[in-house]
Amino acid sequence: MAKANEIKYLTAIKTEKPRKKFCRFKKYGIRYIDYKDAEFLKKFLNEQGKMLPRRITGNSLKYQRKVSEAIKRARQMAILPYVTDLLK
Amino acid sequence: MALTQTDMSSYHTKKNDAIIIKGKSIPLHPIINHQIQGNMQNYEMMVIFTPVLSEEDYKVAQKKYVDFIKANGGEIVHDNPWGLKSLAYPIQKKTTGLYWVLEYLAPSDINEKLKIQLLRDEQVLRQMVIKLDKYAVEYNLKKRSGVSTGMEKAVEG
Repeated sequence: MAKANEIKYLTAIKTEKPRKKFCRFKKYGIRYIDYKDAEFLKKFLNEQGKMLPRRITGNSLKYQRKVSEAIKRARQMAILPYVTDLLK
Repeated sequence: MALTQTDMSSYHTKKNDAIIIKGKSIPLHPIINHQIQGNMQNYEMMVIFTPVLSEEDYKVAQKKYVDFIKANGGEIVHDNPWGLKSLAYPIQKKTTGLYWVLEYLAPSDINEKLKIQLLRDEQVLRQMVIKLDKYAVEYNLKKRSGVSTGMEKAVEG
C-alpha cells in the first residue's frame, strides 16, 4: 500500500500562481501622493485604520514612505481616523 | 519680493508660460513661473475653523490670513474653501469643521509668523502648512484644471 506522501499523480495538479505584486506608483508614474484624497489613501489601510505593510501593498520603499507621510498628514487634519472599526 | 512693471511685461512675451499635457496646454500661473526669481517657495496651508462660524465670519477669517500673507511679501496661488466637512474624530468636542486649503508662494520666514497667528486664533481647530515640491505643484495644477492626474488608474490597480 502506498503511503499518503508517496501518492503521485499522472498529470500535475493545477495550482494558481499568485499574481506578482507591483508598485502602483512606479507603474503609473505617480510622483506625488495627495494627503487630501482620503478615498485613495484608504487603499493602504486595513479596517482598523492601520497602515498596510509593503509586503501586502507591494509598494516600493520610496513610495511607501510617501504614502505613510500622506496618511499621517491626513490623520492630523482629521481626514482619516487614527483608530476606528469597520473603515471599509 | 514685488514684481516690477518690466518683469510683468517680459513674462507675457515668454513662450514657455504653459505646460502641455497630452496636447492640452495649461497656462502656468504667473506666480509659479515667477518663483525662479528670489527665494520664494510653494506652500500649502490647510486650516480647520470651528463649525460655529457664519458664512460671513468664515470669509472674514480667510481674508485675514490672505492679507497677512500678502502683507509679508507672499502671493496667493489658489484658494479653495471646502466648507463644512465632518471630522474623522472629534476635535475640541466638535464633530464637524470648516476646511480651507490655500496654496501660496512666499519667502520661507513667513511661516513661523503665520503659525503664531493661527495658534492664537480661537476660531482655528487645526492648522498645517506643508512645503510643496515640484511634483506637488504640478499635481495641484492638473487637479485644478481637470486634467487626469494619473491617480485614476492607480485606484483600479
